[in-house]
Amino acid sequence: MNKVPNNRAWWLVLPVFILVAFSALIPLMTVVNYSVQDIFGPGQGYWVGTEWFKEILGNERLQDSLLRQFAFSGAVLAIQIPLGISVALMMPKSGIKASLCLILLAIPLLIPWNVVGTIWQIFGRGDIGLFGWGLNSLGVDYNYTGDTVDAWLTVLLMDVWHWTPLVALLCYSGLRAIPEAFYQAAEIDRASRWAVFRYIQLPRLKSVLVIAVLLRFMDSFMIYTEPFVLTGGGPGSSTTFLSQTLTTMAIGQFDIGRAAAFSLIYFLVVLLVSWLFFTAITHLDKEK
Amino acid sequence: MAEIHLKSLAHSYSENPSGPDDYAIRHLDHVWEKGGAYALLGPSGCGKSTMLNIISGLLQPSEGDVLFDGKRVNELSPRDRNIAQVFQFPVIYDSMTVFQNLAFPLKNTGVPSSQINAKVHEIAEILEIEGELHKKAKNLSADQKQKVSMGRGLVRGDVSAILFDEPLTVIDPQLKWKLRRKLKQIHEQFDITMVYVTHDQLEASTFADKIAVMYGGQIVQFGTPTELFEQPNHTFVGYFIGSPGMNLIEVQRCPRGVCFGSTVIPLSAQQVEVLQRVHSNNIKIGIRPEFIQASDVSADDTFEAEVRDVEDLGTYKIMTIKLDFETLKVRLTEDQHFEIGNHVQLSFPEKWLKLYVDEFLVEEKDQ
Repeated sequence: MNKVPNNRAWWLVLPVFILVAFSALIPLMTVVNYSVQDIFGPGQGYWVGTEWFKEILGNERLQDSLLRQFAFSGAVLAIQIPLGISVALMMPKSGIKASLCLILLAIPLLIPWNVVGTIWQIFGRGDIGLFGWGLNSLGVDYNYTGDTVDAWLTVLLMDVWHWTPLVALLCYSGLRAIPEAFYQAAEIDRASRWAVFRYIQLPRLKSVLVIAVLLRFMDSFMIYTEPFVLTGGGPGSSTTFLSQTLTTMAIGQFDIGRAAAFSLIYFLVVLLVSWLFFTAITHLDKEK
Repeated sequence: MAEIHLKSLAHSYSENPSGPDDYAIRHLDHVWEKGGAYALLGPSGCGKSTMLNIISGLLQPSEGDVLFDGKRVNELSPRDRNIAQVFQFPVIYDSMTVFQNLAFPLKNTGVPSSQINAKVHEIAEILEIEGELHKKAKNLSADQKQKVSMGRGLVRGDVSAILFDEPLTVIDPQLKWKLRRKLKQIHEQFDITMVYVTHDQLEASTFADKIAVMYGGQIVQFGTPTELFEQPNHTFVGYFIGSPGMNLIEVQRCPRGVCFGSTVIPLSAQQVEVLQRVHSNNIKIGIRPEFIQASDVSADDTFEAEVRDVEDLGTYKIMTIKLDFETLKVRLTEDQHFEIGNHVQLSFPEKWLKLYVDEFLVEEKDQ
């Protein structure tokens, strides 16, 4: 066959190029553009170079909320991943009970973020909320609006309630994909329950766990609505996480240049940590 | 090691079995003796694997008992029955090395590591996978994986029995033969009761001393390869064993014998007498292609048939002939020549002509 070179074929790439440009490149470059200027008003921008970045990196408020953010995401992963795996292991394998469990698990995932915040805001109140009132009448001094630890625990509990089902569902699907023969062989080999988990279930859950860890890390690292509705970032700034700090800066103070530099740093942190996770988990095997 | 006795065993996969068709295993009584090498032979779906899983304890029989050395073990798990089983498709633990895979069954029962080490190396040597011991098991080829799978069964010296569920399905023909020999050697060396499930008669007869042929959820015959060949107890055994299988012809009662079409086949007085006693009309005669004698010379006891086809298979020939309306196969030696379309004279030696009533062999008492 005679091949005819025709460079007009490049036009076929155009739709994808336009799509990517509008969905990612143009918004991102706008932010980059803002991050190197000081903007007083429409058409009144002045070139400032890397000044915003230097200032943001030295900003104590931001450093604090970055640390809080890491602590929160770490706690979320430490609780939700093992809990999600345990829930998936305990779920029935088939039948009406399995369907029922799946529906129950899916419910929290279907509730909008600000509704989740509102639910827990009321649920945790000492006067009319069942949770807060219950704890108080049991003699526990619980007040999430005034006490830092209580506020933290409530935000964490809310996130666990909202997102553990996602981890559990992912793991459940991974567990169902393990052929029955493996369990039979393990039984013949007289493996203990723990050995079955450690050597059969866990290795075969690896790929879904990579997805679960990445999703939960990214989502928890970008959390905004729920703590904003529940505690408003307080008491003080004890539950003010990164995105709330950013929003305050960008919208509250209309500090677009600084907020843009902040956004870029934020984005790079998420990217970096996700990459680290992914590389670490996928290379776990080869190191042995 | 143990003697395994299956007592009036029946199993159905449905909750409320309504008829015999719902049963995968039907009223089966059988004894696998201590230290024997057995094959369980039968077509797909005849209940072989079900029976194996019942012996190992992966499945609870709906009726009947499983006895190990006379002790009922129905309620015991595979762990407590101390039994090894190798599955049709290799099951290996992906995250472990070959060594760890082989050591796994021993480690689970707390065998000291020096003993584990020795035993694993011994089995790896027999299976010729010593060089792979420190490789990740998931990087092996299919047949090496299956060797590892088998090794996990063989590594436990103290098992009641080792059950093989068509273990060589995924293996190349060349290696198949070698591995079968290996298993036989291992059997001779360790003297463990082994039950080997297969649908391949050659595989069964090279591995086992005695073969159980299973059909429709029942064991229809249990005997040596020679017995199965010369004295098939059931029409299915005749048909399934041998290549090609036994010629089976549906016949009616006739004076002094049986007949089909216009052909009358005389039977011994004893066989005629048996036929008079039974009421069933399901009567068949069977003779193996190897035992039909073909020649050009007509005699008193010969039947004339027409040659339809002759296939040369290298070391022997298979001739297809038409006798009345029945098509029969005859095995010829390389130096026998018959032309297609010609007539041929056949004789059926009395010793090899078998009579079946309701599919089961009518035994001749004086033999």
